[in-house]
Parts: sequence; C-alpha cells; structure tokens
Amino acid sequence: MSDIPTLSAGSHQRHGSNIGQPLTRRDGLLKVTGGARYAADNNPDGLLHAVLAVASIARGRVTHLDVEAAKAHPGVVDVMVPGNRPALASDPDEKSNPFMFRLDLLQNDRVRYAGQPIAVVIAETFEAATEGARLLAPTYETEQARTGLEGEPFAPEKVGAGNAARAQSGDVEAELAGSARTLEAVYETPAQYHNAMEPHAVVAHWQGDRLVIDTPSQGLAMAVMRVAGLFGLTPDKILVRSPFLGGGFGSKGFLSSAQILGILAAKLVDRPVKLALTRPQMFGPVGHRAPTRQTLRIGLGQDGKLTAIDHATLTASSTFDDFFEPASDISHTLYAAPAIRTSHEAVRVDTGTPLFMRAPGEATGSIALESAIDEAAETAGLDPLEFRLKNYAEAEPISGLPFSSKALRECYEQGAARFGWADRPREPRTMRDENGLLVGWGMGTATFPALMFEAEARAVIRADGSGVMETGAHDMGQGAWTALAQIAADAIGLDLTRVTFNAGSSDLPNAGIAGGSGHTATAGMALHKAGEAVIAKLADLATEDEASPLFGADNVGVIARDGKLLRRDDESRGEAFGDILKRAGLSNIEARGKAGGDNAAREHYAMHAHGAVFAEVKIDPDLCQIRTTRLVGAFAAGRIINPRLVESQLFGGMIWGVSFALHEEGIQDKRSGRIVNGDFGEYHVPVNADVPSLEAILVHEEDQLVNLLGIKGVGEIGITGTGGAIANAIWHATGKRLRRFPIRPADLLG
Amino acid sequence: MDFSISLTINGVERRITFDDPRVTLLDLFRERLHLTGTKKGCDRGQCGACTILVDGRRINSCLALALSHDGASITTIEGLAKDDQLHPVQAAFIENDGFQCGFCTPGQIMSAVGLIAEGHAGTDPERVREGMSGNLCRCGAYAGITKAVIEAQKSAGEARTGEAA
Repeated sequence: MSDIPTLSAGSHQRHGSNIGQPLTRRDGLLKVTGGARYAADNNPDGLLHAVLAVASIARGRVTHLDVEAAKAHPGVVDVMVPGNRPALASDPDEKSNPFMFRLDLLQNDRVRYAGQPIAVVIAETFEAATEGARLLAPTYETEQARTGLEGEPFAPEKVGAGNAARAQSGDVEAELAGSARTLEAVYETPAQYHNAMEPHAVVAHWQGDRLVIDTPSQGLAMAVMRVAGLFGLTPDKILVRSPFLGGGFGSKGFLSSAQILGILAAKLVDRPVKLALTRPQMFGPVGHRAPTRQTLRIGLGQDGKLTAIDHATLTASSTFDDFFEPASDISHTLYAAPAIRTSHEAVRVDTGTPLFMRAPGEATGSIALESAIDEAAETAGLDPLEFRLKNYAEAEPISGLPFSSKALRECYEQGAARFGWADRPREPRTMRDENGLLVGWGMGTATFPALMFEAEARAVIRADGSGVMETGAHDMGQGAWTALAQIAADAIGLDLTRVTFNAGSSDLPNAGIAGGSGHTATAGMALHKAGEAVIAKLADLATEDEASPLFGADNVGVIARDGKLLRRDDESRGEAFGDILKRAGLSNIEARGKAGGDNAAREHYAMHAHGAVFAEVKIDPDLCQIRTTRLVGAFAAGRIINPRLVESQLFGGMIWGVSFALHEEGIQDKRSGRIVNGDFGEYHVPVNADVPSLEAILVHEEDQLVNLLGIKGVGEIGITGTGGAIANAIWHATGKRLRRFPIRPADLLG
Repeated sequence: MDFSISLTINGVERRITFDDPRVTLLDLFRERLHLTGTKKGCDRGQCGACTILVDGRRINSCLALALSHDGASITTIEGLAKDDQLHPVQAAFIENDGFQCGFCTPGQIMSAVGLIAEGHAGTDPERVREGMSGNLCRCGAYAGITKAVIEAQKSAGEARTGEAA
C-alpha cells in the first residue's frame, strides 16, 4: 500500500453518526492538486513506452507489417506481433464462463473489428513508439464488413448479465386483440462508447516471478484471476493497484485486450512498460453499448389502463463473443398490465464485443418504453403523469412479487410539484417563451434494480483507540473513498478521523465489483459486517474480564460509540476500546466480514430504486436547435450515505440521459466497418453549456429488506427516465414524435 | 540532436534538454519531468484535460510543442496552491463537488483560473458554462463546476489569478 497516497480526512462537521453526512470527498485534496495518481501517472525506473497499432479494417487478415521499418526508427526497442508475442498459459479465445470475454492478444493474423490491436511497438519514448506504430503500415486482405441491424437475426438464450431473453405473463396477443386501442412504435438507439475521460492504461512491471500492475479496474479480484489464468501465475504473485479510476462506466469492469497487451509487452522486453490507449482506440477494443431497434406494442382499455405491453428488442453482438443489450427487461418492472411479454433477438456484426455500459439495458429500454408510455397517454387522452399513476405497478409485473419498498408515488409527487407540472397544457406546441422559442415539458419514470454482490472486508481496532478498515473497493468517481469510509467508521463506532480506510488494491479483501449500482451496498455491507465482528470480539474480551465495567454485560449486550463500548441498558457504564485491549495485553484485534445478497429475501421481494424525471426543452422554431433548459429528478433509493455525493451521481446520470436523447452516437461506416466519428471532436458528449439547471430530490425511503444498511444504489438510475423525459418534452414542444436517438435538429426540420 | 529550452514552471526556472522535437508540453511534463497532475484525455485538443496556463493564458498542452515555448512561464495544477493554501478555485471545487473521478479536474481547474483571469464570464452562469465548455467531464460534474467557478470568482475579487495565483 505504500505507493498509494494516504488520504487525509477532509474538514467536516459531524452530527452524530458518519452515515448520512454530506461530507466533501476525502480524496478531494489529492484530486484538486494533481496528486491523485491514476494508472498512467506511474513512471517506474527503466520504463518503456508501448503504443498499439490497431486494424483499420473490420474484417479480414493482416498480410504484412513493416516491422523492420518500425524497428529502424531511433528509440524503438521491439515490436510485438503474433510471431514473437510471449506464450500464454490459456487461449485468449477460451470462454469458460459468460463473464470471460474473448480477447485479442495477437493470437493470429485475423481481424474481427476495426480498432483491434494488431501489433505493439515498444520504445524508449512515447514519441518513438507512436512513430514506430505508424511505420508498420499494415496491409490487409479485406472482406466485406457486416454492419447494421439488417443481418440474419437469431434468438439468444440469455441477455445482459445472464437474464432470460424472453419472459411473459398473460396472453399478449389476446389482450391486444381485445383492447379498445392499440399502438405500435419502433424506437432506435445507436451504438455508444463509454469514453471515460481516462483512456485505459496499464503500467506493467514484472519483478522476477511477481507481477505488479497499475491499471484502472472496477473489479480488482476478477482482474487478478484473469491475469493469473492467462499467464499461469498463482494469484498471490499478482498485485493490481487501482486507487483512482478516471471514470469507468462499465468499460473497466473486465481487463481489456489492451491492458493485457501491456503486460505481455513488459514480459517481451523484460522492462516495465506503460501502455495507454489513444482516444480513437477507445472506440474498439474496450466495449460499447450495442445499438437497438425496439418494437413496442401497447394495448389500452377504455378506462386508460394498459392491457398489454409487448417489448421486442433487436440488438447486435460481435461475430466472436456474446453480450446482448437487455433493453426489453425494463418492461418487467414499471407498469402494471394483464399481459406483458419481453423478448430479444440479435444479429452479429464486425465490431468489438459490446459490454455493460452505465445502465445496460435499462438506459436503452427506458428511452423506448417511456416514449411509448407517453404516446399511450396521448392516445388515451390523459396527462402523462395521470396515465403513469393509473398504471402504477403495486407488485412487480410478470414476477408478481411485492416490492421491498417503492416510494415512486412520492417521487412523482415531489418531482411534479418542484417542476410545476400541474401547469402543463396537454396539447403539444402550445407553449412559447419570451423569445418565441417553442417550449415543451415531458416526463419519464426512472428505475434500476437494487443489486448486491459478494464481498469481504477486514476491520482492525488498535490499542491506541484508532481503527483500520479495508476492502479492495474501487473509486471511479462515485465516491467510494468517502462513502465507504463513512460506513466503515460507523461500523466500529469511531469518528472518521480515527479510522484509516484502505481500498483500491488487489492485496486487500475482495470488494466485489464496482458495477450494477451495487458497490456501496456490497462493499459497505462487508465493512459493516467486519466492524460488527471485531466489535463482538472486543465485547467478549470486556464482558469476560472482571476488571472491566462491562463484566457480565454479555446478556444485555454492548454498543460501540465514539471509541467506547457501552452497556446497552446503561450507557453510563462503558470502557474505551484501547483500555480493553491494553488490559488484555493486545496491540490490536481484528476480524473479517462478508456480504452478499440475502437470497431468501430476494426470492420473495422485488428490489428496485425508483424515480421520476421532469424535463423542459426549448426549441428554435426556425433553426430547430434543441436545448434542455431544466431537469428535475426525484429519486427514492433507500438510505443515502452521503447526500452531497449522491446528488452528484444522480446529476451525472441525468446528464447521460441528456446525452442519450440528444448527443451520443457511434457511427459505423457501412463500407469499411470503421467508426467514422471515433474521437471527442465528432462523438458528441454534453459539454458544460449543454447542461441545464439540474435538480435532484432525494426522496425518503426505508428498506430493511435490501440489506441491513438499507442501501439501494444510485450510480445508474439517473440515466433512466431522463432520456424519455427529454424526447417527450420535444414532442410536447413541437408535436413531433421522434423515435430515433439521438434526436437531432435535422429530424425536426421539414 | 539535443534541444535546450528554458521554462519557468510553477515559479521555478528550469533549463530543459531533450532529444526529440516532437515532444509536446504535455508529454514533457508527464513523461520526462514526472509532473503528472496534467492529464491526457485525447491528445488532440478536444477534451481540455491537459489545460495549463502559459504566460497566464489557458492552452491545451497536448497541442503545444515544447520547443516552441522557449522562455515561457507555465503554471500547472501542481503550482496552484501556495504554502499549503489551496487556490480559491481548488477550494471551491472541493466544496461544490465539482468533480467525481477527478481525471478532468486539473484541466477544469486550470481552465477556470484562466477564465477568471480573462474577466469575461463574471458570475453569470450561462457565460461560465460557455467559457468552461472546452473542458469535457464525462462523469457530468458540470453543475458543481459551474457553482465552483462562480463562487471562486466572487471570492477572487481580491485573489490574484493566472501566473500570480
């Protein structure tokens, strides 16, 4: 841990417990001074620089690389190609579990997508490596790329993280046939690329038979296992350090080909190597959100109640691996109807394999479903909020399970009140601002499952009364360094200033993955359990010791607060942690804790966070320029550990919703199969000026069933609901239903 | 062939010799001087993560060749705090949660310092958003960034900016 900067506690006012306090980020000081060390900031002695050469075709074979020219360039040390790539202990194309994605590690000359690594140039300097990669001047045998969603569709068995690809309740066709009104609409969403600000990077350092890797990871324990399998090492020989990720959004959940190639390059030249992707290289080998074409068929009764929802998704995966965007699954959870059916089909295209990307399935499905629900409300002649309340799901549709908690009504109520929804005219194209711009108001429902994974943590209390709490958690910006430390401090009854919190390294207990909005709940529960265990040990010492004021208190129990154990029935009697340990002759005491989903509760309850998002857009009637001018979201996501950070997370998600509705689109050239807009100049993400006035209301919600701490997670829910709310606001402003995302000014012209 | 330039970096004058005319200021700092606070997000002037101040003006250091800046006075994120005292913009970024992952943050902060020095934006949120739009933040911390810049602008009536920061 010595290479990881020590985090000092930020200044804060403490009011009772640490949980719930809006503390500023504990890593804030490092981040505003340039002191936070990201992977590519490491410069070990003897470091060489590696640059990837990637394929400029999408399908075919590399026929020639001018390795001699590259090697002749001053400073170039070596060029790694299929012929000299160090041997691996397992096949990069092996897939022994669904989360083991196939890698491109120069195993042959085949090209299966544009941007695939085809060589690595290693040089004394970054400049020489870059020039060396250019000098390789690859030639290819090219085959016609397969792109788009027009290929032969097939029906995968599983989608997303292993969900059944098809589900239904009731008889959709019969309900549709018997409905007073039906509507059918097709929505299209584009390929999107995660584009964390930090391009994937690795600094790999072989130290004898030991391997030290600095690389951003949302799943340190999985990363170790992947490297162990590929290199034939035991996990104890591998150290992965990832104290800070410059964003992840799902793209850093699994080690990518590029990161493994950096390790291979270091092995080839027997020196430490740094390899960082260029921005254009972020549009190929590190995953993306697959495009979808979603067909929604909706049935309505005379009373404005839904009779049927049929949600069918067509998506794309790569030609060589499986990941299927589970867009239809959103219809499992939101609106009640006697018949619901969800299904997925896919085609195979010549791209890198798509992957989990912030709210995988939920984001894509939500923008389609929320648009369709808005169209249904219009068809039913009802206000969109009234329509949603009329079709409110009291139990989870399809499964029929009760919700562990669901404060969605309160979200609708508080969000609508704050936004001023009651003043909305039902007819479209009826509002103008003082400058003559068209004004539209739209809304969408937000939802995301409350997931938990397996994790472990370690708790130590020292004789000086301080504590150490640790788990290999990941901070990709969500605030793990702060929120988890708050949970950790409360778990052992200490002020945050008395607790050293360690995270971000694979030599710590496995914190699971930072994904599925489940990291705070998962790692937090592990810390909570570890704290509980160490306090129980300490309590045993005290209650069995005649010299302790707590002697014999084992029946009534003790509580830990402010560094002391106190009798539960008489808090005036207690003893400081340090005193207990010193008398027992111990310098410290430690324990471990484990967390995982409570499977019993999960069998009987549906667990989701919910929210309601209200959007205002303004549109120039002549130029059709679209601006999102106001967004109000109200979210119920169980216990909020740190409201300051949670608000930021929700804002970030909502901005992704703006991006989904209006900005992001990866465009694949039909002839070459290349992504033609693969950089930040052409692949548009919102800039500061695109972002309106944002409000996020944290709606109170208690849930004893999701986990002991009542945490549901907030990382992804903000993107759901928001995209649809904006699309619906555009309809309200203009009277035009646009079903292809992102919506562009050109779509409104003519 | 070796090249030699003189740069004042964060107030310290340095004679720097390097062997390659292709080196940018960004790569000079990060890879040769190991001043890694300045980040590389795109290497082509599209994201702003590498923003630094050169003679008081904000620029993208990835588009600036080191050789063409002989004699320049440069401020990077490492040089902003003075005597353990954070610059008002840095403090405002922490207080307003103007970042999440932190990778764009050095560039955002240097850009904010530059913007305030330019004196065009004042405390008008629209102008601040416009003036900060050369700096992408994929986490979406824009609301906090805007608030932080306005707060720093207000408190910086007396605070000096740019080179003197």
